[in-house]
Formats: sequence, structure tokens, C-alpha cells
Amino acid sequence: MREITYLEAVREAMSIEMRKNEDVYILGEDIGVYGGAFGVTRGMIEEFGPERVRNTPISEAGIAGAAVGSALTGMRPILEIQFSDFITIALDQMVNQAAKIRYMYGGKGKVPMVLRTPSGSGTGAAAQHSQSLEAWVAHIPGLKVVQPSTAYDAKGLLKAAMDDDNPVIFYEHKLLYKTSSEVPEEEYSIPLGKADIKREGSDVTIVATAIMVHKALEAAKELDKEGISVEVVDPRTIVPLDKETIVNSVKKTGKLIVVHEAVKRGGIGGEIASVVAESEAFDYLDAPIKRLGGAESPVPYNPELERAHIPQVPDIITAVKETLNRA
Amino acid sequence: MDMLKLNVPNSITNDKLIDLYKQMWQIRLFDEKVDEFFAKGMIHGTTHLAVGQEASAAGVCALLTVEDKITSTHRGHGHCIAKGATPDKMMAELFGRTTGYCKGKGGSMHIADVEMGNLGANGIVAGGIPLAVGSALTAKMKRLDYVTVCFFGDGATNEGSFHEAVNLASIWDLPVIFVCENNQYGMSGSVKEMTRVENIADRAQAYGIPGEVADGNDIIAMMNVTDKAIKRARSGEGPTLIEAKTYRWKGHSKSDAKKYRTRDEEQEWRKKDPIKRYKEVLIEAGLLTEEKAEEVRLAVKKEIEDAVKFAEASPQPTLNDLLTDVYA
Ligand SMILES: Cc1ncc(C[n+]2csc(CCOP(=O)(O)OP(=O)(O)O)c2C)c(N)n1
Ligand SMILES: [Mg+2]
Repeated sequence: MREITYLEAVREAMSIEMRKNEDVYILGEDIGVYGGAFGVTRGMIEEFGPERVRNTPISEAGIAGAAVGSALTGMRPILEIQFSDFITIALDQMVNQAAKIRYMYGGKGKVPMVLRTPSGSGTGAAAQHSQSLEAWVAHIPGLKVVQPSTAYDAKGLLKAAMDDDNPVIFYEHKLLYKTSSEVPEEEYSIPLGKADIKREGSDVTIVATAIMVHKALEAAKELDKEGISVEVVDPRTIVPLDKETIVNSVKKTGKLIVVHEAVKRGGIGGEIASVVAESEAFDYLDAPIKRLGGAESPVPYNPELERAHIPQVPDIITAVKETLNRA
Repeated sequence: MDMLKLNVPNSITNDKLIDLYKQMWQIRLFDEKVDEFFAKGMIHGTTHLAVGQEASAAGVCALLTVEDKITSTHRGHGHCIAKGATPDKMMAELFGRTTGYCKGKGGSMHIADVEMGNLGANGIVAGGIPLAVGSALTAKMKRLDYVTVCFFGDGATNEGSFHEAVNLASIWDLPVIFVCENNQYGMSGSVKEMTRVENIADRAQAYGIPGEVADGNDIIAMMNVTDKAIKRARSGEGPTLIEAKTYRWKGHSKSDAKKYRTRDEEQEWRKKDPIKRYKEVLIEAGLLTEEKAEEVRLAVKKEIEDAVKFAEASPQPTLNDLLTDVYA
């Protein structure tokens, strides 16, 4: 099968949908001839025109609200927020409006929209352009939250997100944009709420999200040389969360490590650990659950500090060994 | 030699006029050096250069004292230099070293020099505008007589923060000067496509404050318009919105194919080079000669090279620094 990049997979999913469905349009800053800050929408204004690829002023609160309002009245917008850090400016509309409208109105109305946004550190863009704030939105009933880790997942999950009748926050990881995997040319959908076991193993379960899936897989490969068998579970969507797959994996291995890039304190890892602790997998645990996450500081500029801010492969290897030693 | 009296604010001496010429070169050569380093991949992250926009930073800050404050933007190296920062500590910051203004933790988009009254660059478009209003509020509440200059771009005026902040400053008559550096684009969005007003300064009307359009490539015009706004602010009459019409010569950030504008347009604006124009004015006024001008430029070039050496010789932070300075 052909390989394409994660970035191309996102663009392809949008383009296929826009060719089929006139109600789907994109809005965002610099998504026109510039092609978006990371080049995701490159070529799309040429194909779909400025009516459907709407280049907006720098007005996150306004464009988020416009997306919500147009979704409520029959369109299916895709909103690109240039860096996920700026979601803070769009959040009033997403949290107080988009997430709650259907419920507040007693089941009337719906807000079928996707907010796509690149997150994560590793580019040297420092404290205001490197955050991973997915746990904030995961806390809000009414929003769905997606974090693809591969090109294949990105295309299928974005299709599901666009088909969903609810507001979906779709996190793209900047450092994954250029990674490739086999991706079918035709459209396909990966249901939201279905985890993927990225590697099967028997000694320890690592639940990892976004770029940490790749670091966990690398760690697993290293540990395999020492005869340690690691299972890597990628939830793919953190809302809804596929509890069953995670719980079953922990029942099999008896050990759980959760790894994400977002700051550990208040991160989604706490939720995943709690889900396991509250489940029947608790009785199967042979060692304390471990969480790895970003340091409790803003993302620093200096490259060494920036690397040290988030879990790296050696940290995951150490965590696995510590967990096994305590079993 | 005939001395032609230039039409500049009273506080501006002839020495200051020459200093400002030097400062404009500092701003330009600093950013050109940074551009070179990014092109070679020697600095990580991204940067936004103010080459072509030197007159607004230098002209506005020429009227400020050390007590006065500024808030700056992602395109902030020029503001920083104009408010008294030294290129060595700025360069060290870009190199991520401990001797940098932010100990290597901030980088290009976050340089702050609080001792000199620079409350910081900002990675969030329009993020500094409400901060400037807060700084002006402090001055008012503590009866201090500093003013706060708030720099921002044309694109920033489409953020809610801009409108909310200007309204606040107007109803509270705060000593703040809003300086919009309209370089015609916010990243790829041209000001013509992104607003329906002729001038950004026209937006002042909505808040009942004066709006002034100035030639942002003319440092003398910038000084005069700022002088007037500062007098108004210091006398308690409230804020002014100044629009400096200018142009950024380089791309928006380190990677920009500039598909949204033409090479012809760029050439037209390069003809309005603010440094060249100012040099001609100074020469005509008998304050400068071609030879002296070249000496100034070369001295600045050397200063920037020295800044690079300083940065390269400076220590990297250690991993212990990761968790320091999170809380006061
Ligand atoms: C809230 C927010 N939205 C978007 C961006 C991305 N961005 C950085 S600079 C910029 C353009 C700003 O334009 P303008 O205010 O005119 O300043 P200029 O870059 O022209 O100096 C954009 C869109 C950002 N940093 N912050
Ligand atoms: Mg601009």
C-alpha cells in the first residue's frame, strides 16, 4: 500500500469529505494561500475556493463562535486553530456554548464541528506555542477529544470526527506531521472510542497518547532485547475512552504505566490510572501504577531543557524496570 | 556647516538624533544576524524579524524614560533594543544561554527586560495589549507618572483583547499609548482583506479617543506623533491610538514563501527604507556625513559580532533550571 504522511492524511480526509459534502468547510488563520502554519491545508483553497476555505482574521474567539453558530444551523465546519495554545482564546465558545447547547436546550439542536489544532513541544517555540492542553477539554462533558498517533489513524479518526454530530477537538501533533504510514486511498472511518493495541506484550501495559505512542514503542523494542514484553495501548480518543481495552490489557499484564506529554499533574494519565484502579483489573495489579508526563513547568526554550520537560525513551525504559522490580 | 533645525520634539538633542541612527542599525543588523543563524539552522525555534520597521520602535522609544514601560510583540527584538536592551544578552537568549534576558527559557518570542521597563515580548497576538492597560492602571492608582507604550501589529487589532483593552483604557483615562505597527499583513492576511476600515487608527473613534496615522518609516514623524500622545497621557487625558504605516521586509517567520504578496510590492516598500531616509535627513541637516554614517554602521556590525561571541561563550542552563522560577 502507498505511504503518506500524517499531514497529508489529515488533508486527504478533509478533501474527500469536502468533495462529497457541500456543508463541510474550513475556517482558520492563514489556511488560504499560505496553506496553514504547518502546511496542512496547502492546495485546498485552490481546489475549493475561498468560500469553503475561509481565511480568517486573527480572532480565535470570533471564529470559534462562528463555527459553533454555523454548525447549529446546518453547516459542518472544520475550525483550524493555528497552535493548540490559542485554544484558550476559543474556549469560551467551545466550553460554554458548543459543549452544552444540546443538553441545555433539552436535546434540541446539535453542533457538528471539528476543531483541529496542532499541539506539543519539540519545535523550540517555547512556552506559549508548545503546550498539550487536551486534559482541559477532556474534562468538559459534551466535547469529544481525539489524539491520533499515526497517519493511518489520523485519516480514519478525522473521518469519524467529521461524521460525528458533536463538537470534536482533534489534536494533531506537530512532530508527527512528517511521519508516514500506509494509508488506503479510499475513505474509511475509525470509530471514536476504540483503542488500538499498537504492540502486544505480556509483562507490562503502557497506555500512551500521541507522540508518546512512538516513544513507548521504541522503549518496548529496546526492552524486548532484554526479554521484557511490553504491550502498548493507544487510546486514540481520550473522550470517549475505550476503558475495556485498557482494563483487559492490565488484567493480562498486571502492570500499568501511563505516558503522555501533557503536564503530569491533572493530566489524562490520572484519569486512566483511576479507571484501572476502579475496575476489576485492580485485583490483577502486581505493582503500583506509574504515570509519566510533562514536568510541572511551562515549556522552556532551551533545547536541552525542552527535551527534559517531557518523557523520553530512557525514562520509559526506567519506569518499566522499576515497575517490574516492584512486582 | 549650515545647521538646518529639524522639526523634532524639544527633548530630542542632536546627540540623541545620532544615537537613534545608530539604534536603527542595531535593530536591523541584529535581526539580519538572527536571520542568518536561522537560515543556517544554528538557532532552534522560530523568529519574527522587524527589518524595515526600525523607525517605529526607535522613534517611539526615543521619547520614553527608563521609568516608562512598553509591552511588545512576537516581532519584538527592535522594541527591546529601542527600550535599552543590549544585543549581547538578547543574542544569548536566542542561543538559549543562562546569560540571556530570560536565562535561556524564553527565546525570541519572550524577551523581557523588566529593569529597563520592557514588560516583554509576547507569543500571543494581542496578548500584551491588556497587560499595557494594567501597567497604566498601576501608574494611575499609585500616582506614578510613567506612561506605558503598547506595541502591536495590524493583525492584533482583530482580536477581542485589543477592543476590550482599548475600551478600558479610554473609560479610565489611562496613561497608555497604543502603537499599531501596521506592516500591511498579519502573517498572510492582508490588512485590506482582514478589516473594512481605511486606517487602523480609525478604530479609535469607536472608543472616543484620538487616532493618529503616521508614516511608520519616518522616525521623525514617529517621534512627533508619540510626543503629542505622551503629553496627553501624562496630563491625565487618556490614551491615544497611533498607527505607524510600515512594511516588514522579510517573511512572517523563519519559513514563509510569501505567496500572499508580490515581489514588486516588496521592492516599492524597500525604496522607503527608514534608515536610508533618516540618514539623508541627518546629512541634509548637517548632523551627519556619509563617512560618519558608515562608521556608525561598522561599529554596530562589530557590536553584533561581539554579541554573538558573548552568546557562544555563555553557559547552557543545567537540568536543575527546568523547575526553577515557576512560582515567585
Ligand atoms: C492568539 C494568537 N493567534 C495567532 C497567532 C499566530 N501568529 C503569530 S504572529 C501572527 C500575525 C500577527 O500579525 P500582526 O499583529 O499584524 O503582527 P506582525 O506579525 O505583522 O508584526 C499570527 C497569526 C498567535 N501567535 N497568537
Ligand atoms: Mg502585521
